Amino acid sequence: MDHPIIKFEQFSFKYHSQVEPTLNEINLAINHGEKILILGPSGSGKSTLAHCLNGLVPFSYPGEITGSLTIKGKQTKDLDIFSLSKIVGTVLQDTDGQFIGLSVGEDLAFGLENENVAQESMKKIVADTAKLVNVESHIDHSIHELSGGLKQRVSLGGVLVEQDLDILLFDEPLANLDPATGRYAMELIAQIHQAQHKTVIVIEHRLEDALQLQFDRVIVIDDGRIVTDTTPNQLLASETLDHVHIREPLYTKALKYSGAVIDSKHQPQQIDQLILSESDIKRLTNWQSHYRKPFTTPPSDQLLQLEHVNFSYESRSVLSDISLTINRGEMISLVGKNGAGKSTLAKVICGFEKQQQGSIKFAGQPLDRESIFERANRIGFVLQNPNQMISKHLIFDEVALGLRLRQIPEDEVKEKVFDALRVCGLYPFRNWPISALSYGQKKRLTVASILVLEPELIILDEPTAGQDLKHYTEIMDFLEQLNQLGVTIILITHDMHLMLEYTSRAIVLADGQLIADQSPADVLTNDQLIERAHLKRTSLFDLAVKAGIEQPTQFIDHFISHDRQVRKTWQ
Amino acid sequence: MAVKMLGYFERSSVIHQLSGVTKLIIFLLWSTAAMLTYDTRILLVLLIFSFVIFKLSKVRLREISLVLALILFFLLLNNLAIYLFSPQEGVQIYGSSTELFTIYGRYNITAEQLFYHFNVTLKYIVVTPAALLFIITTHPSEFAASLNKIGVHYKISIAVSLALRYLPDIQRDFRTISQVQQARGVDFSKNEKLIKRLKNVSSIIMPLIFSSLDRIETISQAMELRSFGKHNKRTWYRAQPLTKTDWLTLVVSTLLFIIAIVITFYDGSRFYNPF
Repeated sequence: MDHPIIKFEQFSFKYHSQVEPTLNEINLAINHGEKILILGPSGSGKSTLAHCLNGLVPFSYPGEITGSLTIKGKQTKDLDIFSLSKIVGTVLQDTDGQFIGLSVGEDLAFGLENENVAQESMKKIVADTAKLVNVESHIDHSIHELSGGLKQRVSLGGVLVEQDLDILLFDEPLANLDPATGRYAMELIAQIHQAQHKTVIVIEHRLEDALQLQFDRVIVIDDGRIVTDTTPNQLLASETLDHVHIREPLYTKALKYSGAVIDSKHQPQQIDQLILSESDIKRLTNWQSHYRKPFTTPPSDQLLQLEHVNFSYESRSVLSDISLTINRGEMISLVGKNGAGKSTLAKVICGFEKQQQGSIKFAGQPLDRESIFERANRIGFVLQNPNQMISKHLIFDEVALGLRLRQIPEDEVKEKVFDALRVCGLYPFRNWPISALSYGQKKRLTVASILVLEPELIILDEPTAGQDLKHYTEIMDFLEQLNQLGVTIILITHDMHLMLEYTSRAIVLADGQLIADQSPADVLTNDQLIERAHLKRTSLFDLAVKAGIEQPTQFIDHFISHDRQVRKTWQ
Repeated sequence: MAVKMLGYFERSSVIHQLSGVTKLIIFLLWSTAAMLTYDTRILLVLLIFSFVIFKLSKVRLREISLVLALILFFLLLNNLAIYLFSPQEGVQIYGSSTELFTIYGRYNITAEQLFYHFNVTLKYIVVTPAALLFIITTHPSEFAASLNKIGVHYKISIAVSLALRYLPDIQRDFRTISQVQQARGVDFSKNEKLIKRLKNVSSIIMPLIFSSLDRIETISQAMELRSFGKHNKRTWYRAQPLTKTDWLTLVVSTLLFIIAIVITFYDGSRFYNPF
């Protein structure tokens, strides 16, 4: 008889710090060797569920457990975090933050060191594991010099040194990765599953990218309860996704726009496997024939001009010969793989760093002699991590800081701060301490504190990283509104959906060079560019090709304008 | 820059090949000897040794010039302070007074005082290479293992080496945060009065603490999930077993240490008196 390896029965959990339970009456059984995706928006309880499995709940995050959770037939209540870590191996979300050793070998060895494994056998296990995750040629390298893909391998290896693990748990493995590295990570998980037949549990909210791994089941969690427990194909054919703020794959969305009905028998879980029926194809072609080229005149009033900008740091070239123009009123994405120089480019524009060669003009005037402070009146920069920007205790003071330092009379400060808070939806909280805000709200607070200085251009670094669809849409709609108020916006992003759906132009960097400056749809269908910049071809393109549509790029354009229309009426 | 000041310098030298434990023990013996003794003969011998050791390490003087400059500065400061507060120290110690010339009151210059300063300076110069070489020739990961081997609990050893490791990251955060604050109008430059400037610097501290706390939470979870703290002891991947060279070095330096201490205390005074 097949005993489930994990069994939740009427399981509930409440953090001590909270009033309401985070998990409610969970009933779930997972069998040995299954591949399970746990899907849910932020705050749904999916991370808490993961923490219950690896023991962080209740050992690091104390709380009250009712019902039962057994792993390998044992009640987790009777185990401790160390015995659980012998059964469940966890790969954490933050790849950079979870490394303990300096070199690859050392980090792999960390778990073994703690288990008092003798040095000789430790070296052997480390060497074997390095081979398993294919990093054996890097074993003495410093982790910080590795590419994102290799780092992923090392973090998985560090868990796999515990060779008797039954369960591998991945907490948002796609977060903060460029699209190509994300794909690579999922392939790696598939390989390990195939080689070792362990039970694999992936926690994610980026559905389309996650589905690359052929999951046996998807468990959807919302509000601390299990909403659905089904196969990926059936999930996509159902309407569950609309209710739980998870973004459905672009190709199924396009199919639905065309009027087609998703059938689980047509294998919608991956675009490569999807079967299009005659009527689907007819619908798609018919839908496409409604395409009208939009009558928009692209903005042409030049706001920012970079001419042959070069920047190097510690004698290593980071930006080489960058020339580009940003027009007033544009909303642009700046993309490329991790470490391609995107953030550095933003810093050079803001004057945080000084280019060695080349010049920057803003509204026709050279910026090169202006200090960080002077540039800040016209160009705002919002960092990815809001905690790096916030320096006050109260929301009002945080937003007022820049104005007060500019010697603006207090009553005017008040008025401007209130305006900025209103725009960012934080006005009701104006007297709150910042510590009471959620991560997404903090993010909006940092935007407010930049916005209050009334810059003409705002650069945002990964504004939507780690946000689920609801918060993503909130932030992006908010930025779109700002843009319509006349603020020019540059978005640094890894999110191909964002780039496609919200921006009119994409600037692509690879190894410090500008390799493309064209429409997102053109970028995301150009395989050569995709390869060089670690992007991922949009599934819309594949769908168009599959349906035999002659001009796939036009199909994508049609999708985007249709989608914008839908979004507008929805607002 | 501070990172460069006290980082690990990758070289292949005899000194680098020694186990971290050996280097740590020698460093401790060495500095104890240099601190206890005022015997000029011993100090001079140690001085010659330290030059040889430094040469062997293949680290170039230029690479650590910043630290050296800093140490030199403190050395001068120390000498100056000794003279200001105790211009007759040498006379008291050596029991004679050979006056060379007078400046004012008890502030005269005596050969004894000069000799005393010479000895203090020698002590500095003798300790410096040993201390620096321990830090810059021991791989950071071996650092923790070495501390643990001489009896420091592994949790503390790891904490020390993690702190050293995060220094560059925290410096990077500090830089970014200060740039962001400058953009908002916080002035850290000399245009601002000192008190105000200090207050302004404090506006970097809070974001720095919060982002560092995030980092600490992640790393401590990662460590816990990988069984850190499960047992009272742990093994080390990077620990080097002591080689023949290590043992030889240890024996020789312990002997030298004993000789130095015996000579120092032999005649009942830590000072060598030429007067």
